[in-house]
Amino acid sequence: MDGAAKGGKDFIPKILAFSTNNISDPGIDLAGSSHMHYPPSVVVISVPCSSGIRPGWVLHALEKGFDGVFIAADGTDCAYLNDCVERTSSISGQAQELIKEKGYEPQRLKMGAICSVCSEPFTSQMKEFFEVLKKLGPARKGN
Amino acid sequence: MSDRRIGVYICHCGGNISDYVDVEAVREAAGREAGVVVAKTAMFTCSDATQQEMVEDIRENSLDGLVVASCSPKLHLYTFRDVAKRAGLNPYRYTQVNVREQCSWAHTDDKKGATEKAVRLVRAGIARTSLTDSLEPVIIDTVPRALVVGAGIAGLRAALGLSDIGISVYLVERENAVGGRVAGLGSMYPHGRNGNSIISQLVSEIGKRENIVAYTGAEVVEKSGSVGNFNVKVRVGGDKPQFVDLNVGSIVVATGFDTFQPGNSEYGFGTGGVVTLDQFRELLDRSGGVPAYNGKEIKSVAYIYCVGSRRDPGVEEAKAYCSRYCCNAAVHASLLAVEKNSRIHQYHLYRDMRTYGRYELMFDQAREAGSIFLRFGEDAPPVVSQSAGGGLRVSVKDLLTFGEEVEMEVDLVVLVTPMKPRQNGGLVDVLKLPLGKDGFFNEIHPKLRPVETVVDGVFICGSCQGPKNSSESVASALAAVTQAASLLKKGYVELEPLMAVVDRDICRWCGECARACPYGAISSEEIQGTEVASVNEAVCKGCSGCTPVCPKNAIDLKGYTDAQVKAMIEALAE
Repeated sequence: MDGAAKGGKDFIPKILAFSTNNISDPGIDLAGSSHMHYPPSVVVISVPCSSGIRPGWVLHALEKGFDGVFIAADGTDCAYLNDCVERTSSISGQAQELIKEKGYEPQRLKMGAICSVCSEPFTSQMKEFFEVLKKLGPARKGN
Repeated sequence: MSDRRIGVYICHCGGNISDYVDVEAVREAAGREAGVVVAKTAMFTCSDATQQEMVEDIRENSLDGLVVASCSPKLHLYTFRDVAKRAGLNPYRYTQVNVREQCSWAHTDDKKGATEKAVRLVRAGIARTSLTDSLEPVIIDTVPRALVVGAGIAGLRAALGLSDIGISVYLVERENAVGGRVAGLGSMYPHGRNGNSIISQLVSEIGKRENIVAYTGAEVVEKSGSVGNFNVKVRVGGDKPQFVDLNVGSIVVATGFDTFQPGNSEYGFGTGGVVTLDQFRELLDRSGGVPAYNGKEIKSVAYIYCVGSRRDPGVEEAKAYCSRYCCNAAVHASLLAVEKNSRIHQYHLYRDMRTYGRYELMFDQAREAGSIFLRFGEDAPPVVSQSAGGGLRVSVKDLLTFGEEVEMEVDLVVLVTPMKPRQNGGLVDVLKLPLGKDGFFNEIHPKLRPVETVVDGVFICGSCQGPKNSSESVASALAAVTQAASLLKKGYVELEPLMAVVDRDICRWCGECARACPYGAISSEEIQGTEVASVNEAVCKGCSGCTPVCPKNAIDLKGYTDAQVKAMIEALAE
């Protein structure tokens, strides 16, 4: 699918969400078990801790065809790192700089704390992000 | 292009997945992926028959990778890792793809979207599996001691159970005395024994055990370490607290419940003659002869059920859930009342009567003993007002007589209120325990892992997990004992082989990774004249905090490598 063809009003933004095994995954699972809906163009990759997300992965996702990346931050719930909030924010900041450098809008990266019971915050954040990206259009370098 | 031999199985989950995802289309798409040798669907991949089929497929086709697209890994990751193990395949060459909680169930409104998403998720699972290596779990020796938090009936029984098995127990109770709420109860159903005497029996038994140490007026304030080997700090005493450091292998949480207090004007609560079920029980337990209220014989009682429960969330403090124990408790209280005063008139105003199981017998007894049951609708609760005669007037529209307005004059109105989650703010923060949507502690799975939490080695039991009567609390306490003991008696736990790994060909020691590691797991070493980073595997927790900071991209996390994540991103982006 090339960038131009997927534009227009039928444009369905593809969102990649980085989630963590013990904190946000149960929250996202709970959204599903409660049959709460969010766009199916949202897909999740799970990692142990949001402080381990590499800024390069965010850029890689946009370059390969995602229109937006969401980082579900562990927040203060992280069992590994007590400064997880600062670390994840710093990674998110670096990633934003990186994608900006490559010509992508910084709004294509969004971070939010999602806890193990945050089903409603997750679905509402996804719907909101989906609308933001829809207005922004498909991810293209140098927009 | 791939020299891998991967087997992919897509689960119908008896319709939970296949009602919304075209599993056949997913199978076809999976079969076209490079390296996939076997692609099948199954009604239940977790069934014995399908597991056996997978074992045979792995052996016959010399598979070196396994993907199952089914439910959340929280449920069956270990099930299918075991399948791999039984077939002689390294379990870490298995990938679970969540197409139920994170696909079919979340997109029941969009079958096409759900099917497309499932295809992408399965492709990513295959891409990850193509890059898996054989890994070995990290083995940690367990400490043969347990911490039990809360010394109510569940915590006391759990402590004894663990002690029986030969596990030393530290029992920590926030109040100044052990025993919890049951210690304050008189006659309990179904046996009629006093709560007090049951607790005394448990406490006296605990006194005899050399391997149980109890701390009262004590709170858990810090926890570090992980499953099998936790370090816990307990604050004991109020004004001049002392701190005790404990080293335990597992933690059983039995912190109980709080009681719901009705709002001030609710059914006239706070004015004379309107009490909660707890207060009524106290009154009954204390009265030697005929029960009296303010010195006056109680000749009639109206019980109003579901006060503060089974209501729209958002209505003041009301709870949405059914508190489960209260129908039984109220019916039982009415039997105690009639025992003490055979002339008493009792009216039960209920929405739905749930005296489940053998407690139905209690309901029959209450009717035989003269209790009158009236049913009201959620939208038409009873109305309580002061009557001219100084008593209370209760009026209700009775659904059992097709909406007849019934009025009664009573001496006492008893509000049957629910259990609510206990305020445990500090403990929640220390233990990092997840709360369910009702605010109680949450188990991993109600059927398969009912006392385990997402925090490995921390178990929950009793009414901190949700409303339970004391039999149910004790049953769950003993379940927690079994789970905690099975962990500790083995002597070791296998942990995920989550470990940072350094590519020595690329690393030119700059120290960034060591500075990012809060555990001190990284230091430098000299390899053939070059200084490189070295990871102490016994100390590394696998948090991956070091991986994004390396300027040369020379440090990776096993199981979540840069290459694996990038391959998944590419497969998902297609």
